[in-house]
Amino acid sequence: MTRRARLTLLWIGLAGFGLAMATAFTGLPGFGSTFHPYRDLAVVATFAHATANSVSSINFDQRGFDTFGEETILFCAVVGVATLLRPVHRERRRQVSSGGRVMESTSLIVYVLFPLTLVLAADVVAHGAITPGGGFQGGVVLSTGIHLLYVGGRYTLLSRLRPLEWFEQGEALGVVLFGALGLAGGALGAALFANFVPQGQLSDFLSAGTVPLFNIAVGMTVCSSVVILLAGFLDQALAIRSDPGTKGDPPGADQKEEAAA
Amino acid sequence: MSYYAYVVAAAVMALGLIGMATSRNLVHTVVCLSVAQSSTYILLIAIGFQYGGVAPIFGNQVGQQTPVVDPVVQALTLTDVVVSAAVTSMLLALAIQMAKRRKAVDPDALGRLEG
Repeated sequence: MTRRARLTLLWIGLAGFGLAMATAFTGLPGFGSTFHPYRDLAVVATFAHATANSVSSINFDQRGFDTFGEETILFCAVVGVATLLRPVHRERRRQVSSGGRVMESTSLIVYVLFPLTLVLAADVVAHGAITPGGGFQGGVVLSTGIHLLYVGGRYTLLSRLRPLEWFEQGEALGVVLFGALGLAGGALGAALFANFVPQGQLSDFLSAGTVPLFNIAVGMTVCSSVVILLAGFLDQALAIRSDPGTKGDPPGADQKEEAAA
Repeated sequence: MSYYAYVVAAAVMALGLIGMATSRNLVHTVVCLSVAQSSTYILLIAIGFQYGGVAPIFGNQVGQQTPVVDPVVQALTLTDVVVSAAVTSMLLALAIQMAKRRKAVDPDALGRLEG
């Protein structure tokens, strides 16, 4: 398709999209109205299980099975990326030296923020049921904190502090833990992903039943996933080089070889 | 005026689509897809908003009768963000493979299907 034809098609499609959206929006309740039937039901269910953070209650208690699916999507994406970013033929891994100059102020900030970020991440995961936050958010904070070392110019330290096999197992363990908690709900409670642990008092650290446990499982998975993803991309940028033997190949040699194969 | 936030979401979606259709670089295409997807966050959060509503975190000050914004759409947005991150990482990995195998990142240069 030529560029011109594609743009014509795009504008036709956008006009249709705009029309459909305009029709749909006029049928919606106005912005900021007081009509929220799902909210009303969800709040009642949240209070029934003494969970302070309503969003966590919905994600891990009221629709735990959906979140399990979501976690599986993340897991599969990470497996896919890890498969795609392996060193292919005629590539090799080279030793990355911690070269380059890093500003002292950057190093200082990294050294101050590295422990702080790890503590903050643990806090966000642990209090996911009673304050804003939870496993997803805390997991991302934790993996970001680990990668502060790279910002501080310490790639070798990062690779040493980040044994990838541990994170690969941590990711799988998180998914398995999530599924096991769901099955335990089926065995000990009323249904799959039921909240079978006593829920305690609203806003207590140990409240909300299974929600904090799910948060920990998700925190493990998300942190490990982000670490593995970034490790793959960092590897591509820093460590993986095409073999020097292929440097002299004329451009297009790849395609010829593929055609022959 | 009461549909303003919804129109913003539709506009962001349209911008992302235009960017994808006119893209000359696969990484740019992936970023445009993220832009288009972020319009769904705006739409979801806008639908759940209520004037005077507070965040749906309950405690001493916020009781069962306090008006809060809709937590259901917030939970959906969280799901949305995670799926978006998964899709973006997958597509970027594919873009790297394209750059390696075909030595091209312009979508127009990738006309031939490869089996």
